[in-house]
Amino acid sequence: MDIQAYIESGILELYVAGALSEKENKEVYNLMLQYPEILQEVLEIEAAIIKLTASVSPVKHNDKILQAVKAHLGLTGTNSNVIPMPKYNWVTYTGWAASVLLAIGLFWTTTQNNQLKTDIQIVKTQQELLETQIANAKSNLEEANTLISVLRDNNITKIPLAGQGNFSSTYANVYWDKQQQRIYLDAEGLPEPPEGKVYQVWSLTLNPLTPTSLGTIDNFITDDNKIFEIENANASEAFGITLEPAGGSETPTMEFLYTLGVVNAG
Amino acid sequence: MELEPLIEKFKQKDEKAFETLYNMYSESMQGVIYNIVRDNDIAEEVMQDVFIKAWHNASSYSSEKGRFFTWILNIARNAAIDKTRSKAFKKSKQNLDADFFVDILETSDSLDNSTDAIGIKKFVKKLGEKCKAVLELLYFKGYTQVEASEALDMPVGTIKTRNRNCIKELRNMVLE
Repeated sequence: MDIQAYIESGILELYVAGALSEKENKEVYNLMLQYPEILQEVLEIEAAIIKLTASVSPVKHNDKILQAVKAHLGLTGTNSNVIPMPKYNWVTYTGWAASVLLAIGLFWTTTQNNQLKTDIQIVKTQQELLETQIANAKSNLEEANTLISVLRDNNITKIPLAGQGNFSSTYANVYWDKQQQRIYLDAEGLPEPPEGKVYQVWSLTLNPLTPTSLGTIDNFITDDNKIFEIENANASEAFGITLEPAGGSETPTMEFLYTLGVVNAG
Repeated sequence: MELEPLIEKFKQKDEKAFETLYNMYSESMQGVIYNIVRDNDIAEEVMQDVFIKAWHNASSYSSEKGRFFTWILNIARNAAIDKTRSKAFKKSKQNLDADFFVDILETSDSLDNSTDAIGIKKFVKKLGEKCKAVLELLYFKGYTQVEASEALDMPVGTIKTRNRNCIKELRNMVLE
């Protein structure tokens, strides 16, 4: 190949101008790699064209544009080939570590605090429960003491009430304090009254047979020891207990006479 | 610095390489752009677009396809010509086709007095009309050889040899 003729053809000037086809460009490129004279020629043409075109520029060395371009591209002025890593030093790491520890600490403290609050609440409830139990025990003790003193009292007459008819398996006891005009009814031998019914206590005189109501036992189910204190100013000769509709009756319903007992004279 | 490794770095988005290439070619590009748009502010606007585009498209450049200078020259010429086709530009500017780069050199007093500039001014004064037109179309306007041949009503071969001779004179003037 005649290198000189190739150069003189003017193709290299068109190559620099960008006026050749893609195929021709590749051809020139390969020849440049092969022949240093061709490369040299291209370099000189290019340098001359750069000077020619630059001579037309109204502004020489326009740094302002470069800065604007860099700002637009977000270039920092450092080599951007290596993506700049934020510079973390030990202070940064220590700071982060400290804040993480602080957060864990705060979380732990809060959890502990909540746990303690719950514990206190539980203890408070338990304490209240105990106080109630103590109060109950105290009042039970007082009741028991009262009962003992009643049983020991010489002035008190015991009247056993025996089960009647269909209710022969039931029983009750009346402890009558005549001076204080009251009776203590021990009704432990009676079953719980059915729904809507109550036991009614009667004082009786025998000649003629006259019942006087001493009232109904409305709190039979809820009372623990089934001992009921009832006023009785009558000259009773016998005591009976019938089952009556809630609210009680004027006269005893004899079919539901559970227990009956006669006061022994003397 | 060797051009090949510099361009390789630029393709890997090396900022220093980008700056070096900017310094090598920016004046030339601004001359080409200014010759097309004939307005300093618009030229600077286009300049920014050109180098931003070059940065973004860096990886698309391949030395097999042509010189790096030619690559960026193409971006600049296309961006400037696009600009002249915009509505806003057409409103403010009249037909510029008649003006050649040589008019800028012959009429401007603001050009600096470096040896190159003086040499080029002398060169331009001596240039024949055909020579001026060939340089204008091939380098400043980006015509292909066929397009230039048609525009100047000259055979492609004549364009090539005439252009070669014009540039030979230019080289004698500006290169030692």
